[in-house]
Amino acid sequence: MLRSIAARIAQALGLILAVMCLNFLLIHITPGDPATVIVGESGAGDPELLEEIRAQYGLDRPVIVQLASYVGRVATGDLGDSYFFNQSVTSLILQRLWPTVLLVGTALAFAVAAGTMVGVATARRPESPLSHGATVLALVGFSMPVFWTGIMLVILFASAWKLLPVQGWHDVNYGEGLLANVLDVGEHLVLPALTLGLIYLAQYSRLSRASMLEVLESDYVRTARAKGLNERRVVYKHALRNAVIPVVTVVGLQFGALLSGALLVETVFNWPGLGRLAFDSILRRDTSVLLGVLMVSSVMVIVANLLTDLLYTIIDPRIRLRERSNV
Amino acid sequence: MSDAMGRGEVAAADLPVAPGLGAGGEGGSGRPGRETLRLFVRNKAAVAGVVMLIGIVFMTVAGPRIYDNDPKDIVAIPLTGPGELAEARLGTDYLGRDVLAGVIGGGTTSMTVAAMAAAMVLVIGISIGALAGYYGGWLDSALMRFTEFFQVLPALLFAMVLVALFEPSMWTISFAIGVVAWPGIARITRAEFLRLKNLEFVRAARAVGATDWRIIRKVVFPNALPPLIVSATLIMGTAILFEAGLAFLGLGDPNTTSWGLMIGLNRGNFLTAWWSVTFPGLAIFFTVLSFSLIGDGLQDAYNPKLRGR
Repeated sequence: MLRSIAARIAQALGLILAVMCLNFLLIHITPGDPATVIVGESGAGDPELLEEIRAQYGLDRPVIVQLASYVGRVATGDLGDSYFFNQSVTSLILQRLWPTVLLVGTALAFAVAAGTMVGVATARRPESPLSHGATVLALVGFSMPVFWTGIMLVILFASAWKLLPVQGWHDVNYGEGLLANVLDVGEHLVLPALTLGLIYLAQYSRLSRASMLEVLESDYVRTARAKGLNERRVVYKHALRNAVIPVVTVVGLQFGALLSGALLVETVFNWPGLGRLAFDSILRRDTSVLLGVLMVSSVMVIVANLLTDLLYTIIDPRIRLRERSNV
Repeated sequence: MSDAMGRGEVAAADLPVAPGLGAGGEGGSGRPGRETLRLFVRNKAAVAGVVMLIGIVFMTVAGPRIYDNDPKDIVAIPLTGPGELAEARLGTDYLGRDVLAGVIGGGTTSMTVAAMAAAMVLVIGISIGALAGYYGGWLDSALMRFTEFFQVLPALLFAMVLVALFEPSMWTISFAIGVVAWPGIARITRAEFLRLKNLEFVRAARAVGATDWRIIRKVVFPNALPPLIVSATLIMGTAILFEAGLAFLGLGDPNTTSWGLMIGLNRGNFLTAWWSVTFPGLAIFFTVLSFSLIGDGLQDAYNPKLRGR
């Protein structure tokens, strides 16, 4: 088990290295002078700055040396500077990281919890109206562009009913103290998290329904029923654990997609996260920030995948045992 | 925004082992395609999807010939509501352009980009998946590491970076979507090739001296098609969502009208002019929905045992 975790961590580190190389490659294959790419349009007019960048990045040296020094710098947390903000990219990203994590985490928790519940409920009564409704909802959720869903929710909740705030993550003047702060952010979080969560709610309900239907037909569930356990116990204690495994798999696989969705949602709601930063950086031609966001987001996906793998071994003891017998 | 990867994987999870050619092969009617077609046609949702898609394609192709207004022309007072003007039935946007003309004209961009991107996804995904699955060994591990690498890149962000660093044209956008969306297809193809390559008919082909290239192309690939056709349909939907997302962010081809671009441009006015964002969004929604319905219908038709799941 320990050995397999170590192998997974090594693999994750390999992937991170590969992302660094990709970033490096992107800087170098882009048409034009890499120095102008690094500073972006906001700094390209200044010849001194360009010279400085060339020296700093060693653009006159062999490519492989440049790559090594680039990887070395990124590994120590130096993602370059934003010439628009005159600030290091790392500090900019750190400011924006928490809102994105909060948004993605809330949406994911909502989607997994509600999706699994809907999936289980509909699998127990596959022919009920609720079940057919959920199938339709899943298709609808698949097909709506997330930014449009967000806009439609804003029109409903902010324009028609005036219930919830729709821009940013703080009111201009929110109350003093931690509680007021948390409540204020929470209120602003509802719509963006709902927007992002709805798509995945649809997918997870469909997925958990399918796997639940399969698990409920399996021998061990029949045995549990034959023993005379009540249905609730059979479903929630015995079947659910197995039925949720495909959901965990897909959560891990889709984390990148989830981040991509967050990026659009942040743009709609002016949520001050990484996606908004990436979007603004494109408008400002602030390439170093854009590439920094790509780097950090990819690392987040890699870490999420690693956590998913660890979660597997907790949910499914068979995986743990199989690995133990391999060692 | 769901992406190819996610949807591709879901499709793969729903399609475990298709015995032979799926439903058709088992039907024993001798014509594998016909049984599948019969099951597909009996599926009301799938037929609704086909009808919807035909309608949208008709609107996109014939619409501009029937409906005179150019989506780029200013035809009336900005932000007029739907039904108020005879020259712009669905209202006008913030510059006074006809929303209905935009909805009709925007389909061309979405569909073209989606089709080009889907073609690219299929070429990359099938080549890599087939090589990995058929040859196995070190080539398989190398190609799968490569695929894994593309799966950890947040697809939309990577596409944004590609479009931002290069010129935003229909070609770059299709290319960007193609580059980020293929891993799902590669995995499905690989799984199919792994399953098929040691079956008797493949070994027989090998025994009579067929080259690897011929076996891959003529023997294994046709049998791996059913799940790939399903995924290709879903990929079309994904590509449309991708194109819309990029255009919404202002990374579309600035010289064309597209549904995503319309929503992005009217973003500042949607609280006062809901029609300017609602109708283009509905167009995206119905287009993607039609592909989803067709994909689901095909999946059920190829694997009747999985119906309703």
